[in-house]
Amino acid sequence: MTELIIAGFGGQGVSVAGFILAEAAMGLGWTVTWFPSYGAEMRGGTANSHVKIADGEIASPYVTKPDYLIILNETSLDKFEKRLKPGGMLVINTSLVRTGRGYRKDIKFARLPATEIAIGFNNAKGANIAMLGAFCAVSRIFEPEYLRNAVDSHFAGKGKHNPKNALCFNAGFESGMVIYEHMQTAEA
Amino acid sequence: MAKVLMKGNEALAESAMRAGCRFFSGYPITPQSEILEYMSWRMPEYNGECIQTESEVAGINMLFGAAAAGARALTTSSGPGFSLKQEGISYLAADDIPAVIVDVMRIGSGLGDVFQGQGDYWQLTRGGGHGDYRTVVFAPAGVQENADIAYAAFDVAEKYRHPVIIASDAAIGQMAEAVELPERKEHDIGTGGWELKSRKNGEEQRHIVNVYYHMGADRYPTFLLDKYRRMTAEQQRWECLRTADAEIILVAYGISSRVCKQAVKDGRAEGLKLGLIRPITLWPFPSRAFEKSGPQVKGFLSVEMNILGQMTDDIILATGGRYPVKYYGEFANVPDAGVCVERAEAFLREIRGKI
Repeated sequence: MTELIIAGFGGQGVSVAGFILAEAAMGLGWTVTWFPSYGAEMRGGTANSHVKIADGEIASPYVTKPDYLIILNETSLDKFEKRLKPGGMLVINTSLVRTGRGYRKDIKFARLPATEIAIGFNNAKGANIAMLGAFCAVSRIFEPEYLRNAVDSHFAGKGKHNPKNALCFNAGFESGMVIYEHMQTAEA
Repeated sequence: MAKVLMKGNEALAESAMRAGCRFFSGYPITPQSEILEYMSWRMPEYNGECIQTESEVAGINMLFGAAAAGARALTTSSGPGFSLKQEGISYLAADDIPAVIVDVMRIGSGLGDVFQGQGDYWQLTRGGGHGDYRTVVFAPAGVQENADIAYAAFDVAEKYRHPVIIASDAAIGQMAEAVELPERKEHDIGTGGWELKSRKNGEEQRHIVNVYYHMGADRYPTFLLDKYRRMTAEQQRWECLRTADAEIILVAYGISSRVCKQAVKDGRAEGLKLGLIRPITLWPFPSRAFEKSGPQVKGFLSVEMNILGQMTDDIILATGGRYPVKYYGEFANVPDAGVCVERAEAFLREIRGKI
């Protein structure tokens, strides 16, 4: 079972990013659940979605101790960092975290300036997609081509295909790969 | 058919239309609004009518009209909006009109809040409106079951000519899971023989009369009792998990039952013999599931998202008072699997201490 939480500002696309991951995992035959935060959440407030991916039946859809945290802003980091499993992986958007902020010592990191990456492609709303790219590189759950296509087909299904999403995904993936290779070297 | 990833609310809406539902009238309220939203664009593709009504009261009464004409009709709401529909549900029951009503439960009395709850249990299972009636109440525990029950609910309603309620909760409505949607079918609105419609030349004059006047005070109670007896005998549905050797049996429905499945697994890993009875119908309560309880059962622990432990009444009735019954109730939060195990363990210690 892989459990993850994606969190950020409302409007950063954390719900849709989680939904795409769940859709992609379902496409590979896994059992999935996706649960959004809702209700009093609003644009500018915090939002999150919970995703579980498993071989068999999933009991509760709530993620209490995630294996992965994909965090798009500092408020969400403050809220969720303590929940990450020891040894778990934090994928963090450094564009929206104060320089010099400390992190837990017992976890792994993938840091990338996802908002700047997205703005660089003139696709400011694509920071979530860059984060998915980095997650793809460090988690090894999906082949990058597969997940990138899952992103595109999700938006195409809504009549919102955007070729810049693939660019954001690739840039995020490359940032993630640097970290992944560094981790492999460190472990070896 | 390929599986799709859908929210519980959306799967329910799509599946109802595939069952032949061509009339929806409802009013937005969190956490139910996705049903109305989905219906608003999807229903025209099925050549049906979706009306966002001026109130919940209008929603249930428009449904009354459509259902009386033989249409498969749906209205949905939550909490305060569901309360507003009770008068209409009582009228549906009194007039033998089949229809489906959904309550996507939220917490609290009055306005409450938008988070998941299971506080409507008594209202759902005792007949929430005035008078002397009950309705079949289904409690789906996942997105697939939301779809399956929405598909089957119209058949059940028509079988007894009686309203049927589906009671999900905010968690089941909001979460997404893979779902295999049923085949689309059409419902012929004139086949029941009882529907209101215009009279063609040469056809016998039809009358709309009060059922009670029509049958008379002697036959009417017998007719009603027979209907409720049949529903009680034929509609009990449940799922059992590891109850054969369980010492403490958890009883939970909806999202709470999902957590309890985890608790059964976790408890057993620690050597605690837990089982689960998951009612799929809240009324008729699945008493038959409890009749099979073996001599090793020490007690039943109801796990619910309300503070009064509303379902414990029915567990006591179903077990004839032969077992200790306790509950673990949460408010606003979904029950926690770890707490389920702790409560079950403490309950077992307490029972053993008394023996």
